[in-house]
Amino acid sequence: MSAWLGRHLQALLFAAGRLARAPFGTAFTVLVIAIALTLPAALSLLVSGVRAASGNFASAVDVTVYFKRGTTLDAVKQHATELKDQVGIAQVKLITADEGLEQFRQGSGFGEALGALPDNPLPHVLVVQPTPDSRSADDITALKARLSDWPDAEIIQVDTDWIQRLNALLDLARRILAGTAVLLGAGVVAVISNTVRLEILNRRAEIEITKLVGGSNAFVRRPFLYMGALYGALGAALASLLVLVGCFLLAGPVSTLAQSYGSEFRIATPSLGQLGLLLAAGAGLGWLGAFVSAARHLARIEPRV
Amino acid sequence: MIRFEQVGKRYPNGREAIAGVSFDVRAGEMVFLTGRSGAGKSTILRLIALLERPTRGQVTVNGKDTAKLPARQVPAFRRQLGMVFQDHMLLPERSVYDNVALPLVVAHVPMRDIDKRVRAALDQVGLLDRIAALPPELSVGEQQRVGIARAIIARPPLLIADEPTGNLDPQLSRDVMQLFRRFSEAGVAVVVATHDQRLVEESGLREIHIASGRIA
Ligand SMILES: Nc1ncnc2c1ncn2[C@@H]1O[C@H](COP(=O)(O)OP(=O)(O)O)[C@@H](O)[C@H]1O
Ligand SMILES: [Mg+2]
Repeated sequence: MSAWLGRHLQALLFAAGRLARAPFGTAFTVLVIAIALTLPAALSLLVSGVRAASGNFASAVDVTVYFKRGTTLDAVKQHATELKDQVGIAQVKLITADEGLEQFRQGSGFGEALGALPDNPLPHVLVVQPTPDSRSADDITALKARLSDWPDAEIIQVDTDWIQRLNALLDLARRILAGTAVLLGAGVVAVISNTVRLEILNRRAEIEITKLVGGSNAFVRRPFLYMGALYGALGAALASLLVLVGCFLLAGPVSTLAQSYGSEFRIATPSLGQLGLLLAAGAGLGWLGAFVSAARHLARIEPRV
Repeated sequence: MIRFEQVGKRYPNGREAIAGVSFDVRAGEMVFLTGRSGAGKSTILRLIALLERPTRGQVTVNGKDTAKLPARQVPAFRRQLGMVFQDHMLLPERSVYDNVALPLVVAHVPMRDIDKRVRAALDQVGLLDRIAALPPELSVGEQQRVGIARAIIARPPLLIADEPTGNLDPQLSRDVMQLFRRFSEAGVAVVVATHDQRLVEESGLREIHIASGRIA
C-alpha cells in the first residue's frame, strides 16, 4: 500500500517538475483551460442564483379556495379537515374573513377607510399546498377539479403560469449550461490531450529506454496521466479564482439593480463544495485528455535498437 | 536458458535477416556471436529480447516461447534480461544513479533497496565515485560501464550485449569482457555479439559464427 502510494506520489512529483520546468508554456495552457472552465461555472452559478431568487416552489403552487359569502366558518373548517387527510396534500391553511381583513388593514394603509365599512366584504379562504410529488400540471388540474365540486366554493385560483414560464426558462438555461459544459469540457480534453501528446513525443527516447528495461505501459503512462490531471486541476483552480473575483466585483451592482426591480436576486458565491467539484472536474478532464493521448501514442513507441 | 530452433526472421520489408538458426546457451555460459556487419547478430539478440518475434522456428528464453508470450507480459519478461548496447542508451539528463536505478524503479523495488543495490552495482563496475554525474560528463568507457551496471542491477539470469566494445580501446574492451566473465561465473548466461575477432580468440570462449544469416 505505501509502495503503491510512493509510486503515485513519485509520478505526481515528476509531472509537477515537468510543468514547473516550462513555466511559460504551462501558464498559457492553464489559462486556456481556466477560460474554458470559467464559462460553465459562472453560468451554473447564475442558474442556481435565479432558482434561489424565485423562491421555494412549494409555496408557489398553492391552490387558493375562496368560499361563497355566507359560508359558515364551521363548514370551511370541515372542508379543511377532510382535505388534510387526502393523499397529495401537504398542508391546508385557513384564513378566516376576519383574519383576511386584519391583514389587509395592516398591509394596505386603508385602515381608516375600512373601518367605515358596515360589514366584512372578504370571504373565508383555504390555502391548499400539495405535497412535492403531487405538483405536476396534471395533479394540480385534478386537485382544482375536486375543489370545484364543493358547492360552497366560489373561486378556485391556481397561479401556476409564471412558475411554468420560469421553469421553462430555467430548464432552457440548464440545457444551454449542459451543452456549453459538454462542448468546453471536450475542448479542455482536446487541449490537454494535445499538450500531453507533444510531451510524449519530446520524451520518446526516455520512453523507449524505460520500456527496454521492462517498464510496463502503465508505468510509462502514469506520469503523463498525472501531468494531464495537474493541468486540469491548475486550470480549474484559476477558473475558481476568476469566478470568485467575478462574484466579488459584480455582487454589489447586481443586487442594487435587482432590488430596483423588487427582486431578491443575488449573485451566489460558490460554496466550497462547488469549488471542489470544479477542481475535480478539471482534474478528471485532464486525466481523460492525457489518457486519450497516451492510448494513441505511448503504445506505438517501442524500443528501437 | 536460450534455445533457438530453426529460427528465421524476415523483416516486414521482405529482407530475410536470418534463416535456420539453431543453438543453445546454458546458464552460467558465456558465448560470442560473431560475423561481419549485416550477418544477423543484432537480429538474433533482438529476438532474444523480444524486440522482434521470429517469423519461423521457435525461440525459447528463460523457459518461455517468445512467439506465444502475450504483449502485456513482455515488460516482466524483459526484467529477466540485462541488455548492453554499443551506444550505451543512457538518459543524458538523468544522473548515473537514476540511470542505473531505472530497471529497479520500473520493477517497483522499494526505495531503500534501490539505494543499496545501485551502490553495489556501481561498485562492481568501479564507478561508485561518479554516482551523481550526468552521462555526458563521463568518458565513453565509463558510459559503457554505467550501461553494464544498469543491465545487471536487477540480477537477471541472462545478459545480452550488442557490440559492447565497439567504441572502446583494446584495454577498456578487455576490462568489459572481464566484467562479463565475472557475471557468467556467478551463474549468468551471457551472449555477446561482436565483430572483434581478436577479443574472441583472446577469451578462448565458445563462438557462434554467423554468415549471411546462417550459422557457419
Ligand atoms: N528493422 C529492419 N528492417 C529491415 N531489415 C533489417 C532490419 N534490421 C536489420 N535488417 C537487415 O537484416 C540483416 C541483418 O542485420 P543485423 O541483424 O543488424 O546484422 P548485424 O548485427 O550482424 O550487423 C541486414 O541485412 C540488415 O540490413
Ligand atoms: Mg548489429
